[in-house]
Amino acid sequence: MPKTNPDPTPASPDKSGEARASTRQLTINGKPYFHDGDADMPLLWYLRDVLRLTGTKYGCGIGACGACTVLVDGKAARACQVTMAAAMGQHVTTIEGLEGDKLHPVQQAWIEHDVAQCGYCQAGQIMSAVDLLARKPRPSDADIASIGNLCRCGTYPRIRSAILRAAVLSGGATS
Amino acid sequence: MTATASLTRRRFLQFGLTAGGALLVGFRNPAMAAAIPAELLGDDLVQLTAFVMIERDNRVVIGARGCETGQGVITALPMLIAEELDVDWSKVRVIQLPYGYEVVDGKAGNRYGNQSAGSSTSIAEAWIDLREAGAAARWLLVQAAAAAWSVDADSLRTESGHVVNADGRKLSYGALARTATSRQLPDAPIPTKDPATFKLVGKPTRTVDGRSIVTGRNRYGIDEYLSGALVAVMLRCPYLDGSLESLDDSEARRIAGVRDIIIIDGPKPDEMFDGPLASGIAVLAENTWAAIQGRKALKPVWKQGPWQDESTAALSKRAHGLLDAASAGIEVRRDGDLAASRKRARHTLSARYEVPFLAHATMEPPGALIELRSDGALLIASLQNPDGASRIISDLTGLARESIEIRLPRSGGSFARRLQNDFVAEAVLIAKKAGKPIKLMWLREDDLAHDFYRPFGVHALLATLDRKNRVAGWSHQCAATSPTWRMPGMQDDPQYIGCLEADDFPAGLVDNLEKVFHPLESGMPRGWWRAPLHTFHAFAVQSFIDEIAYEVRRDAVELRLEMLGPPREIPFRGQGGPVFDSGRMAHVLKLCAEKIRWGEKRSDGRGIGIACHFTFGGYSAHAFEISMQDDKLKIHRAICVVDVGRVINPLGLEAQIMGGTIDGISTALNLAISVRGGQVQQRNFPDYPLLSMADAPNKVDVHIVESTRDPVGAGEMGIASVAPALANAIFATTTVRIRKLPLLPELMRML
Repeated sequence: MPKTNPDPTPASPDKSGEARASTRQLTINGKPYFHDGDADMPLLWYLRDVLRLTGTKYGCGIGACGACTVLVDGKAARACQVTMAAAMGQHVTTIEGLEGDKLHPVQQAWIEHDVAQCGYCQAGQIMSAVDLLARKPRPSDADIASIGNLCRCGTYPRIRSAILRAAVLSGGATS
Repeated sequence: MTATASLTRRRFLQFGLTAGGALLVGFRNPAMAAAIPAELLGDDLVQLTAFVMIERDNRVVIGARGCETGQGVITALPMLIAEELDVDWSKVRVIQLPYGYEVVDGKAGNRYGNQSAGSSTSIAEAWIDLREAGAAARWLLVQAAAAAWSVDADSLRTESGHVVNADGRKLSYGALARTATSRQLPDAPIPTKDPATFKLVGKPTRTVDGRSIVTGRNRYGIDEYLSGALVAVMLRCPYLDGSLESLDDSEARRIAGVRDIIIIDGPKPDEMFDGPLASGIAVLAENTWAAIQGRKALKPVWKQGPWQDESTAALSKRAHGLLDAASAGIEVRRDGDLAASRKRARHTLSARYEVPFLAHATMEPPGALIELRSDGALLIASLQNPDGASRIISDLTGLARESIEIRLPRSGGSFARRLQNDFVAEAVLIAKKAGKPIKLMWLREDDLAHDFYRPFGVHALLATLDRKNRVAGWSHQCAATSPTWRMPGMQDDPQYIGCLEADDFPAGLVDNLEKVFHPLESGMPRGWWRAPLHTFHAFAVQSFIDEIAYEVRRDAVELRLEMLGPPREIPFRGQGGPVFDSGRMAHVLKLCAEKIRWGEKRSDGRGIGIACHFTFGGYSAHAFEISMQDDKLKIHRAICVVDVGRVINPLGLEAQIMGGTIDGISTALNLAISVRGGQVQQRNFPDYPLLSMADAPNKVDVHIVESTRDPVGAGEMGIASVAPALANAIFATTTVRIRKLPLLPELMRML
């Protein structure tokens, strides 16, 4: 059997325990990370290439499609438009950090409604939905339509029904 | 059956059978070990057949062979195996199989059958061979139980992962698996179930890897990394068939993280595309961001190719010129006497329709991770056509195909973009020169500007009507950029033109008919795009039917039904044949008309439109109810009725049809690729605005015709009739007839 290289080890959380300058440190999914590389690098490529948190997807690089949506201090942001300099001192949540002891209600609803086709845009859609439900626990049709994340497979109707279901699961709306 | 064919069949149904007939155990053959992820191998797991592994605790692992690109094969194909195997779906775990190329006794083949995705054939093929694969695994277990109990196998039955004895005793598959592997399958076909007894097939079933998708753990091709691999981002020549004159890369090489810069030659003009799509410069770096920075710093001088004057406007003009000149063209079909029919006609109507180039714009852009060694290679990439990828790697490296390992992660969409493996060729060429594993990343700008576009063309339709306003003659002349123009021997063959299907509606239904193709020269690379020629010409045909109905004051649905005539099977030579059933088409159309309440007048500024089409063996009809609100087109209702034969997974089918409909709306309303000065104009999503949720209908009512006919696929059936149904609805609402896609910019121009 030809030997193939193992997956290289991604960067680990910062465990130095030393007080780092907040201009160099950020929190991702509850863990502190220290970055002294290119301050202009978009958070997207730091998450993917450095931390191997690949759930956050590249789609356009210009903030147009939403495939890379993450939460920065609880608000939806396009990770391709947030530089590492801007992310310093912030709390970032990616799709990998959404799940606690159990699935987040939005993730649960996405499974129940079998939303994904190719699935590539869905992490970004889910992060946008989490942000929406935090602002609007009982979202209207127009609120849901305000999510601008693109889906090439055309899953929008199931995204709609899953968001409404997630609102119920979160206790925000009655079914 | 020859000895070799018999062996091939046994290897497919069973596993690891050698020419001598002995079963290999322990996976000493490295090529076979590659088939099973190492973490799954252990004492508690028995590989029963190529597709089925059974754990001692009676859980079952089923291998999914197809390329999952969003069309649902990772769920639907294992369902067919599980059904025949008689196991509880809740006890089944599905794993993606790698590419299964092998050479046995000097004969090349694929141990898993056909793994490519294209022409919506996965389900139709699996219906034949994967059911037998499931039944074969069950047969082995039943034989093992019969031996254990010393009874006749015919006296046994199976149920939920157990073999059940007539006396009520049960043995679990887990307990039988190891002895079952030593059984040998008979030469005779293994009987499969009577579909009336299906327990799983036909039940709504969720995507098997849905949980890993929503938690971000699923890894697509773009998510794979290899130790020592450099990221490559390319700058490709913006001119069609252009090349690199000179390059100043000094600044790029100074960017932190940039490790090397490599030049890749493109194909020669008019040469077949079997390597990279364009000339380019690869920036190799430690990470994607550094590579992007390096690319920005490149200072190339490009040599314009032979197409420097090409533009969409000029192409359109030339297409109309070809149609005006009434040149001979390539005759695709001719029936009866159209000239005589024109003389006798009470009305003769004609119209022209223009259809633009389209990009695939898969959400996950193309890319590939490759490692080349002297004794083999590893490719991990989002693919649709692994056979092509394997061939290209072998051609470019000289490596034997059986030494090339290809893993098939889930793809972020494909829509036929990944039928081409140009991105694999690029990665191979870069890796060869770099002497390192390469992770090639395409950016969105690369993807839109360098694609195998859906053809551009103009359709000229003409119909003659008799005294009763029945369609008596039909002419369809098409001037277009065929996708096969660089393929030797194919470009003039009516069968491969890819823009005009000989037997498509209304062929065989109208006595006097001609279909003629006029090749339109262009430097734009072309290829297949979801339901390729069907989306390309259904817009023209199904818009024209409505125009005829309007001109002679006939009902558009009645006219279609009259043309379809009594239910009968008509020969159909294209993909999806051998017959077209006019009765099935009429049925979906009538049902669609009923669902949209076709006969009811709309009084609130709303209009309705309808269209139907036959795609790759599936019958579909769309209807939309719309209104115009200033310059916004609002879709109030969207209906699609489909008949794709027996339904394997209704939830997956509904998703494909709903998604196809929305993809169809997105494309019909807004999308076009244009060329000017020999360069593609679009760069990123703002120039190629996919439909957003705000402009999509809140829901799509999908109606599935119940059927016991053998199934066909569904990936491409939900799209072809969308554009004409929308154009017809726009006419009903605004009295403006749009004959050019995309619809919205044209409507805004005309209003």
